[in-house]
Amino acid sequence: MIYNAKYESMPRDELAQLQIERLQSTLNRVYRNVAFYKDSFDENKIDIGTIRSIADMARLPFTTKEDLRKSYPYNMFAVPLRDIVRIHSTTGRTGVPIAIGYTRNDILHWSELVARVIAGAGITENDFVQIAFDYNMFTGGFGLHYGAEKIGASVIPSSQSGNVQRQIRIMKDYKTTVLLSTPSYALRIASNLREMGIHPDELNLKTGLFGAEPWSENTRARIEERLHLSAFNIYGINEMMGPGVSGECAERNGLHINEDHYIVEIIDPLTWEPLPHGAEGELVITTITREGFPLIRYRTGDLSSIIEEPCPCGRTTLRMRRVAARSDDMVVINGINIFPTQVGEALKKATGFDPRFQIIIDDADGEDVMEIQVEVLEKMFDDEVKKLLSLKNAIAVAVEREMGVAARITFVEQNTLQMYSEGRVRRVIDRR
Amino acid sequence: MLKIRNLYSGFGNLRVLKGVSLHVNPGEIVTIIGGNGSGKSTLLSTIAGIVPALEGEIIFNDENVAGKAPEKIVAAGCSLVPEGRLIFNTLTVRENLVMGAYTRIRGDRGINLGDELAVIFGMFPRLQEREHQLGGTLSGGEQQMLAIGRALMAKPRLIMLDEPSMGLAPIIVKGIFEEIRKLRDAGNTILLVEQNARAALRIADRGYVIETGQMVLEGTSEELLNNNDVQRAYLGKDYRSISD
Repeated sequence: MIYNAKYESMPRDELAQLQIERLQSTLNRVYRNVAFYKDSFDENKIDIGTIRSIADMARLPFTTKEDLRKSYPYNMFAVPLRDIVRIHSTTGRTGVPIAIGYTRNDILHWSELVARVIAGAGITENDFVQIAFDYNMFTGGFGLHYGAEKIGASVIPSSQSGNVQRQIRIMKDYKTTVLLSTPSYALRIASNLREMGIHPDELNLKTGLFGAEPWSENTRARIEERLHLSAFNIYGINEMMGPGVSGECAERNGLHINEDHYIVEIIDPLTWEPLPHGAEGELVITTITREGFPLIRYRTGDLSSIIEEPCPCGRTTLRMRRVAARSDDMVVINGINIFPTQVGEALKKATGFDPRFQIIIDDADGEDVMEIQVEVLEKMFDDEVKKLLSLKNAIAVAVEREMGVAARITFVEQNTLQMYSEGRVRRVIDRR
Repeated sequence: MLKIRNLYSGFGNLRVLKGVSLHVNPGEIVTIIGGNGSGKSTLLSTIAGIVPALEGEIIFNDENVAGKAPEKIVAAGCSLVPEGRLIFNTLTVRENLVMGAYTRIRGDRGINLGDELAVIFGMFPRLQEREHQLGGTLSGGEQQMLAIGRALMAKPRLIMLDEPSMGLAPIIVKGIFEEIRKLRDAGNTILLVEQNARAALRIADRGYVIETGQMVLEGTSEELLNNNDVQRAYLGKDYRSISD
């Protein structure tokens, strides 16, 4: 169902007018109210009055996660703090956290955007929607909650409980029809179902909306097969308010972007040059209605591409392909974000060297397993098997301490890791 | 109906509008709110062709009217009710109204003004009562009705109103805004510039906030009424009453 046809099916020329108006007023506001943007535009000698079209945006500087960390907690806010009615944040697990402020209008817009995404998956007021995302500083739980309530569904705020069996009992007792969670949590639910001896048909699930981590079509197939539901992909990140940036319609072929609120670009992650529609690159998002925390050309780190062709569903908005990977190769293993750079650091700590490595992720009956293949450098090599074994153990301990996830460590000979054609080691091979 | 992109205009070396973009859909009341000297009246004068556009596009019904003469723009269907009414004091009410159809009479001497006057009188019965009185003898509220009636005589597709509340008592303002709402409900499209942001947002569908010749906000009236900056700057809610 199209929740707000006026905006979701707006003729493209009208949308272009709306976008440029909202972009210009956002630029005027951040220039007046956010010191970071005033300095950044002045330093780059950009007269925002000369941004006359969406294409002109390419002249604006990017905003990076690092910029947001430096401004922690409040320096990026574009309104006085008393106008802020909510603060969410990132976990800060990989560095300084980012604080995200919302005005009353921001919360209203957020609810509207999530309502569109949820309705796009066919959810209605007749559904029982179980939200198994955390309700805390993370944006997922609250954002989806607002959207589900706005469309009038019966919302069950079960949160992402560590007690999966309790989650399943709620699902069974309340006759939940829609599950919202991360894809990895959905798989944990599936394996717990088996342990509890519950057949998925004893539940009433018919739809699932999954997001907050990169996942694949394979994982979609696994979730659908194990939970007997139709799985929809949704996309949003904390920095962009949370869920509500985009979501799949019944076609399930790309995620419709809420373009009246977000302008999306794809850039080459190495050269930072804009890429044409269709090409894969890093997703860059500009907010054009946000009051509390407007962001200009924010580099998400997520890899995607834009589908320009009109969708048979009747929406006129551009679609983005599923985010299956990130430019920093971050992967999610059993719900935990793993950055290959962390693995590199752990290896350095344990060995004192900088060996090349490859992370291989596989699905072992619903659980993600990680293997790290490490190239044995000559200086690391020792004839004594015992010494090699203890080195391996040291690596395993360092990896688990660094990332909170256990990995199987395998030593391999030099030049046996899978490479990209340009001679770089593929840091992650995801077999899920 | 109206689509403006990157409009610059001003007087001599002084640029008043600095890259303004906005649009008005058919059947909408859109309001522009802003402080003194923000450029909101200049915006209407530029659309009407009275102040020259230096740069940018003013697309009115698929035609770029930027740089056209004012009478061409009126003939294209875009009428301005100027700030301070500017009615003809020494002409009667009836004569003032007939002047509103000037661009049409020139093209077609056979048009029947009687029926059209009847429509205006139906809308504003007070004007009929004063039909033969001189414009200068009317009260402020009556003059505003006359100015609107005169603009309607051009059969506009878009009516632009510049500060219709100016100098009028609050009770009269209420009546005038009620008339503007009725005009919209009858299918007219209205672009309204107002200092009285509260009154304007109460009847408008959407609005823009202009500051020093640049747009800083766009949204539905509800969104603008919710916005704290708008409340502080234009709705007279001071810092204390908001924080309390």
